[in-house]
Amino acid sequence: MSAMTATATATATAPLPARVGPVRAVQQTCSLAWRTLVQVKHNPFELMDFSVQPIMFLLLFVYVFGGAIGGSTHDYLQYVLPGIIVQNSLFTTLNTATGLSTDLDKGFSSRLRALPIARFAPLAGRIIADVAKQAWAVALLYGVGTALGFRPGTSALAVLAGAGLVLVCTLAFAWAFVWIGVLAANPEKVQIFGFVVLFPLTFTSGAFVRTATMPGWLQAFSRANPVTLLAEATRGLMAGGPVAVPAVEALLYAAAFVAVFAPLAVLAFRRRV
Amino acid sequence: MSALTRTLAGMEETLTAGQAHAVVARGLTKRFGATTAVNRADLAIRAGTVFGLLGPNGAGKTTIVRMLATLLAPDAGQASVLGYDVAAQAHQVRQLIGLAGQYASVDETLTGAENLVLIGRLTGASRKEAKERAKELLNRFRLTDAAGRAVKTYSGGMRRRLDLAASLVSRPRVLFLDEPTTGLDPRSRNALWDIVRELVADGVTVLLTTQYLEEADQLADQIAVIDHGLVIAEGTSAELKAQTGADTLDAVFLSLTGHDTREEETEEDDELAELSA
Repeated sequence: MSAMTATATATATAPLPARVGPVRAVQQTCSLAWRTLVQVKHNPFELMDFSVQPIMFLLLFVYVFGGAIGGSTHDYLQYVLPGIIVQNSLFTTLNTATGLSTDLDKGFSSRLRALPIARFAPLAGRIIADVAKQAWAVALLYGVGTALGFRPGTSALAVLAGAGLVLVCTLAFAWAFVWIGVLAANPEKVQIFGFVVLFPLTFTSGAFVRTATMPGWLQAFSRANPVTLLAEATRGLMAGGPVAVPAVEALLYAAAFVAVFAPLAVLAFRRRV
Repeated sequence: MSALTRTLAGMEETLTAGQAHAVVARGLTKRFGATTAVNRADLAIRAGTVFGLLGPNGAGKTTIVRMLATLLAPDAGQASVLGYDVAAQAHQVRQLIGLAGQYASVDETLTGAENLVLIGRLTGASRKEAKERAKELLNRFRLTDAAGRAVKTYSGGMRRRLDLAASLVSRPRVLFLDEPTTGLDPRSRNALWDIVRELVADGVTVLLTTQYLEEADQLADQIAVIDHGLVIAEGTSAELKAQTGADTLDAVFLSLTGHDTREEETEEDDELAELSA
């Protein structure tokens, strides 16, 4: 290897910065959040996914099941709207995971990692964009619910706090799917796995029905189900009812999810790339 | 590396003009479990030249590129790009390199223009600068008509051109091309070769991996032959032919490894045949 004898190294002309400044890191995060949001423009199905589908669910539950479950459609709307907001938010957390899995699968992730950008920007950008989509879906559901006759039994501030609680908790729960998203070989598997976990979890919770009518063993499970706790706390804040206990319990679950799954996801990400 | 050593290295560059190395690797090693993907690779790539890493699928070419492009940490050895260490000074290295290939793609759901603007914005360009740069690159790579279309509607050749354009947004001084023409029809392949030649004429250093001997012969000033993670020979195409007494690179490869490059890549061949048909 004769070339190795010459030790000269061509160098960059001026010293280059050794790290990303905080302002640039925020700009990069915003650019990547923009990227996730602009995808919606090219994929009308995604817009349907987090606009039409939740409204469809709401109408279906209120007008088809409402009378049978809640006595009257109006009474049931009061009960179910916060539950549907929680259910919809949980299902849309799958988008974060499938999006991440797609980036890893298609190699866009490698492109980003070879750029001189903050290491956290791709994930942070995606999370911010997904929280924005979540907030849109929550507002949309609340707006349609109000048009159908939902009346908050609390203050506007409590309703906002309810929306905030849903966003914070689902963001924390999302880490479990982010972990799966990094582990799974492809985005379709993430979607299938997510549905298999989320369907039983939301439908055995108190999101749609009062748990009191369930058999005893299921009630016990349902009372420990984080979806029940989050739905009850959100219902308390939006329609009226107990807030403090379910809210604290839901937040404890959220903290536990972050503590367990965020490190697992980061570890899996490091192994995968 | 301290500022002083860099200054010294810079002086050396002036003294040995034409001999300066843009990329240097020593003892570069990467293991995946029990497999040694890259085994103590030494590379020295002169600035402003095309260096070809030639080898069959699974030889370790992509792993070398991923280590040089800061995507993968070496298990042993070291490498530097324009004097910056790929492990300890990854952020500086990332400011100097461009990466294109099968493992560094673009966002398929965005349009070609949006992809280039996004990368421009991420690498520090203003909105206006990023748009102008995107326009310029789309024009140069004959993608202006497709600029507003989602990348998933692009043909294979258009995709590769956009991948390459994306790697050039920040005007890199060192470009890594990982199998840039695999699966392309001959016409698109020739067009891509012309682009690489233009870049080198502008002073860019190119590291290219390929399983096609003709591609290495056509483009590369210097070729390293890789097999099972080992660099088994290095030199110009003529030197390799003289060294082995073979008259084609095919024969060179056969005499060095005891097998030819084709036997492990039937899938790509089928794909290429399909595209050319």
